[in-house]
Amino acid sequence: MTKWHDFFQKGGKAPPWPYPIRYDQEQEIETDVLVIGGGIAGCWAAISAARTGATVALVEKGDTIRSGAGGPGCDHWCHVPANPHSKVDPDEWAKKMNEYPGILGTLQKDPVKCPYANGIGTQIQCRENYDTLLEMEQMGGKIRDVDDEYIGAEGRYDDTKFMFSPRVSPNHSTEVVIRIWGTTFKPALKKECKRLGVKIYDRVMVTSLLTEGGIQGARVVGATGFSNRTGEFMAFKSKAAVLATAGDFSLWMLNTELSGYNTFRSRNSTGDGVAMAWRAGAELTLMERTGILMLGTGYKHTWYGGAGDASYENIQLVDANGKKLPWPLQGWPDGGAMRPSPEDMEKIYKGVQTGEYALPFYGDFPGMPDIERKVTWKLMLGEESTTKIITKTYEKAGFDPSKHLLQNYSFIEGTSPSQWRNAGGGGPVIDWDLKSTLDGLYVAGEQTFSAGDHSYAASTGRYAGRKAADYSRQIGEGKISRDQVALEKARIYAPIKHSEGIDWKELHAGIARTMQYFCSEFKTELLLNMGLDSLKDIEENHVPRLYALDPHKLMRSIEDLSLLTHGQIVLNASLARRASSQLLNFFRIDYPELDPTEWCKFVTVKLENGKVKAGELPINYWGDMKANYESHNKDYTGVYKG
Amino acid sequence: MAQKKIHALPNIVSPNTPVIFNPDICDGCNTCVEVCQVDVYIPNPEKGKPPIILHPDECWYGGCCVNDCPRPGAITFNWPVQQRAYWKDKATGKVYKA
Repeated sequence: MTKWHDFFQKGGKAPPWPYPIRYDQEQEIETDVLVIGGGIAGCWAAISAARTGATVALVEKGDTIRSGAGGPGCDHWCHVPANPHSKVDPDEWAKKMNEYPGILGTLQKDPVKCPYANGIGTQIQCRENYDTLLEMEQMGGKIRDVDDEYIGAEGRYDDTKFMFSPRVSPNHSTEVVIRIWGTTFKPALKKECKRLGVKIYDRVMVTSLLTEGGIQGARVVGATGFSNRTGEFMAFKSKAAVLATAGDFSLWMLNTELSGYNTFRSRNSTGDGVAMAWRAGAELTLMERTGILMLGTGYKHTWYGGAGDASYENIQLVDANGKKLPWPLQGWPDGGAMRPSPEDMEKIYKGVQTGEYALPFYGDFPGMPDIERKVTWKLMLGEESTTKIITKTYEKAGFDPSKHLLQNYSFIEGTSPSQWRNAGGGGPVIDWDLKSTLDGLYVAGEQTFSAGDHSYAASTGRYAGRKAADYSRQIGEGKISRDQVALEKARIYAPIKHSEGIDWKELHAGIARTMQYFCSEFKTELLLNMGLDSLKDIEENHVPRLYALDPHKLMRSIEDLSLLTHGQIVLNASLARRASSQLLNFFRIDYPELDPTEWCKFVTVKLENGKVKAGELPINYWGDMKANYESHNKDYTGVYKG
Repeated sequence: MAQKKIHALPNIVSPNTPVIFNPDICDGCNTCVEVCQVDVYIPNPEKGKPPIILHPDECWYGGCCVNDCPRPGAITFNWPVQQRAYWKDKATGKVYKA
């Protein structure tokens, strides 16, 4: 009897709320460094700040033990050119990543005209993520084949026992991506946080940043939050804060019961960090970019439900009759390319239409050499984020990769509808200290614009933590505005004051529908302005009717308010970019020219005295990456020595 | 046959059973409650009993509850019908569905 309705059926009443309700209680916490978000970036920020001797508070909506996109696991430590087997120079590699966007973009022949990369984060990743990886090992994370399980596998070096991935390494020409046992990482990070005395506040949602004197654009001196189990209010007072929150993966997600489909990120990824930075007055960029959600394929989305997937490297894709497709093998010869070239995709598409290739397609696991199949199934899929449970489920159901072909869902699932989108990784503008445009506010991981992967989150978190700690040593205490706290408290607790109106799910759908209508495939100034009007209507007429029956639903309600703010930011940023862009997946009907030279720049938006102000930054505003990195890190001491 | 009491309940959210607990193996340690990042579960009011699935519609299918369970077999994943995958035996051509 574990389902709610079973419980009700038996006892005739709902189970009591299992945690004490403390809406009327308040804690005030003082700390040198406040880290907002306890995922990979946040844990690393907390650890690196604490290692300098700073007092650190780490606040997380879930439980730090497994929270965040990388909480369940990770199989690739990407772009680690400082490793001993690397065949490329870290600074050269960072430069290349900056010119060719995307994880596999470095395989492209020609640089992209407007790459919209993050040169600062990329340089930090390339310079420091090997040190970060070695520190992960110090804490108990498994980063090499110490148990000799995969002797003979391609990409395994017997001296270091590192196992390389084919990603961006055609014919082993780079060796910059290392396979890892990422399921061991998050518990080790939490343990290290505890060992260092980091104060961890699990199940607490941060709702706003506090600024000096309560003034928009002033120094960040703390934050507010509440427990999503007890409802208790928390005011954090800090000398420096690190924003290590997640992106926003449900702004266009009309149905709140589809969270299991959007499996790159959990329900918790609602863009809270961007919303609170915006309200505090931070300058944001790339907020107009969106991606297309890959809905409903097999167990997950296409990447893990089918065989045409990075984690299925080395697997030949075949048609229903066993005929090989001109699809990349995702192995070393093609550097782990995940998708066919546009020309090959056209051939496949035509082949499907003419009957040359019979649907459905399959991943030919049995056709792989035994050791490569073992690496793929056990190490890669066994360690990557949410795929460990998938391999277990397949096995339990009788799937044997040595005998069975795994179905791929390309073509038969149809095309993803364009109005089902996700926000595309915009965030605060940052400088070479990973500081936002607000004093006292640092940014790490996915929350930096144009962010990358797990190792990017780890290395930028580690970097932001030490920079924030440096700042906290130089600056005096800030003063929290009690008026600002009182206003925020009133905003947060409004939904518990009543018990009828609309619940978070209806509000969420209303916001998502607005974004689907007015900010999707078809963008014009009129439509975007209608979107802003629609969100304003929701804000003024429906948000006051929002009700929440318990602290968990209160969290989901306040997340909706983050989404609403996020939608307003996206619409304003979309109005500010008066051009179309391929890479931003941004197409204006009224400004159809694709990536005109004069628009090859970052568009920025921020709030100043409550008014939206748009601005711009050059596409490479960070300057010389190598020189600037070095001038800002003269005191960098490398791997932690305890 | 004894008449089961029928309550007037609203429609149940869907999916509603992301996992199935085995009450003979589960000892109610609530590890799964803690590792779930979206708080799908709440502890059972009766100590030692499996947690209650309170927010199944928020399940990410991340799998930590099953992977980190200290008592193997206490929780089994239960994919929604629409998310069950297919495969084919290479030798016989027979198609299977989980």
